[in-house]
Amino acid sequence: MKTMKMNNIMKIVSCLLLILVCFSSGCSDDEQIVASADNLIMQDEFNVDGAPNSEIWGFDIGNGCPNLCGWGNNELQYYTDRPENVVVNNGFLIITAQEESFGGASYTSARLTTKGKFEQAYGRFEARMRLPYGQGIWPAFWMLGADINTSPWPDAGEIDIMEYRGQEPTKTLGSLHGPGYCGDEEICDEPNLTKTYELRNDRFDTGFHVFGIEWGPEAINFYVDDVLFRQFTPADAPGPWVFNKPFYMLLNLAVGGSFVGGPPNSETVFPQTLLVDYVRVYN
Amino acid sequence: MKNIKSMNLKTIILVAFIFTVSTSCERDPSEDVQFATFNNNGAIFLDSPEGLTDDFFKSFDPATGANVNGFGVDENEAYKGTSSIRIDVPSSTDPDGTYIGGIFVDRGSGRNLTGYDALTFWAKGSTTAVVDQFGFGTDFDENKYAVTLNGTELSTGWKKYTIPIPDPSKLIQEKGMFVFSANTASTNGIGYTIWIDELQFETLGTIAQPRPAIYGGEDLVEETFIGSVSTIIGTQTFNLADGTNQTVLAAPSYFNFQSSNLEVAQVSELGVVTIVGQGTAEITASLANVRASGSLSLQSLGDFTPAPTPTRDPSDVVSVFSDRYQSAPIDFFNGFFIPDGQTTQGAAPFGINGDNIMRYTELNFVALKTLNTVDASAMTHYHIDIQVEKADIAPEDFIRLSLLDIGPDGSSPTEGAYTISAADLIGNDWKGFDIPLSDFSSFNRSNISLFFFITDGTSPNPGAITDILVDNIYFYRE
Repeated sequence: MKTMKMNNIMKIVSCLLLILVCFSSGCSDDEQIVASADNLIMQDEFNVDGAPNSEIWGFDIGNGCPNLCGWGNNELQYYTDRPENVVVNNGFLIITAQEESFGGASYTSARLTTKGKFEQAYGRFEARMRLPYGQGIWPAFWMLGADINTSPWPDAGEIDIMEYRGQEPTKTLGSLHGPGYCGDEEICDEPNLTKTYELRNDRFDTGFHVFGIEWGPEAINFYVDDVLFRQFTPADAPGPWVFNKPFYMLLNLAVGGSFVGGPPNSETVFPQTLLVDYVRVYN
Repeated sequence: MKNIKSMNLKTIILVAFIFTVSTSCERDPSEDVQFATFNNNGAIFLDSPEGLTDDFFKSFDPATGANVNGFGVDENEAYKGTSSIRIDVPSSTDPDGTYIGGIFVDRGSGRNLTGYDALTFWAKGSTTAVVDQFGFGTDFDENKYAVTLNGTELSTGWKKYTIPIPDPSKLIQEKGMFVFSANTASTNGIGYTIWIDELQFETLGTIAQPRPAIYGGEDLVEETFIGSVSTIIGTQTFNLADGTNQTVLAAPSYFNFQSSNLEVAQVSELGVVTIVGQGTAEITASLANVRASGSLSLQSLGDFTPAPTPTRDPSDVVSVFSDRYQSAPIDFFNGFFIPDGQTTQGAAPFGINGDNIMRYTELNFVALKTLNTVDASAMTHYHIDIQVEKADIAPEDFIRLSLLDIGPDGSSPTEGAYTISAADLIGNDWKGFDIPLSDFSSFNRSNISLFFFITDGTSPNPGAITDILVDNIYFYRE
């Protein structure tokens, strides 16, 4: 309940500051295309201890085999739904990567998805999180096209709201993958659309930050806290723009893999935790 | 500014603070109260020394081999601005000293560095080299908050280096702004030049994930005695913005130490562990409220009986290891010969009531090496005191003493050996041996460097000698 109070205070403070900002800046829209999405339609504040709310979240279990061993990225973890790897406690969703032998893998972790439970086109999707750190640690808050079963990756589309390399604790990436443009050179002629945002005098593993997108028919804006760091529009895409249909959300903490340049090293500290304060969706 | 939900806690605290200040009913300190605050300038050298003592650079003692000649400011090299610090590292044969090192000291009463999280600087070398020591907190006084980064690799291009402050809250009045020490161990003895620029304390905001440690993060178990004194060495590790982990030696005063049993072991603020009673105790530590990894579990066996104090005239003695005599500087106490199957543990000697004693455990063979060779050519005997730490000596037990002479140029080794048989050993008490050098197998005695102890300690042989105490190693003449 502490979080609830905090949120109320936040709202009040935010309103005050917004008023201040409006007066001082006139609140003039710049040239960004802004999706106005202030109507909260889905939220998980993670205020009930135990397993995550099964009405919102399901799990991907295992190592992706036989169809997609290493989850298509040479990842090294075995995903479980055990409390050792995923639990709600004290107002936070805690996803923990452990170094342990399990199911033939050397690491365990968890991957939550709203597939079949919450899927939506357009809106504002955001999560407040504190990220883990260390070589080979790869947390992500991302989305996949809900038609992925009939329109396999990358055709279904992928929106990476937050991707982060544990060995680069000041940087987060926002990315789009679509037909013909994705992070796999064997499948796609063009690279995915991506933008790195770097914190100055701060890092993502020492405090909470809000990672989000504002997604409308004409554009997807990527933001961290109050900084909108990149907008992608259909004109940016080297292939078809597929971000015009329902997507579902994923939250996961991978260990190793192509994106993070390989496995953890001897200096990587385990366990590592991804803390999620809330996930909220507005339209 | 669409994301109005993400206003952070700082904002709330700020608003709450303003609210508190404006409505506070607390009594404020009288206007007459003056709080001591020290200069919080973080700059040390940008284009010139910033607020340092007039002599700028205070060298280590030339008696230790420090060369005082190679320090200056270079007006022709700079990472930024117009000049940089120039350090000419002397060659290994420089008659004026074979290393360069020293400190920069604040010219005032010390600086308040609590607002910073790291010392940073840009540096490059005339060649790639490994610099022995960079750091701060050394003031040639108490060195209370000394921090040392060892083994910094320099490249020939400018690169930024970060030395995190283990716990900034301790540095309310720090005088030691910078310390460095460099030799030519990494350049085959050839001198080179280091340039340093933009030397300052900074608030990076990216010094994170502290992982303090004592005893190298290991959980040590040791037997000891009343009167034993040892000093804890601690480190602090942070993860930096570039993802690397940076580990620095942190002076004991950064830590809070704890003994689980004050009637057995006590730890001072300076990290000195003193054994005061019989029994068991565990030593642990924390740094800035983070529990340090590593610990020391002590079993104090009670009172310690030292070896008899030698009585021979110092003019007739060449000493290797004895508090009674001026002894040779020791390079290492536990030479580790990989992969010969050596298991011997025990390293630096421990001190009991001012007397240093070596202790080897899990012994099979080990060598003590002196820093310089020892000339025993005018001596007639080898003395050593040994206590075998077990009650019963088995008939097959032995301790072989071997002395290695490396010759005048280090390339013509000869070795002399002498075996102490079981009949001459006693258990759990000191025994002194005075062995005529003529009883050793033939060897040269002008350049002795390695002193071996060999047992069959880790063979399957039950009851073999594994633990020994050693003291008073010296040559003498009759």
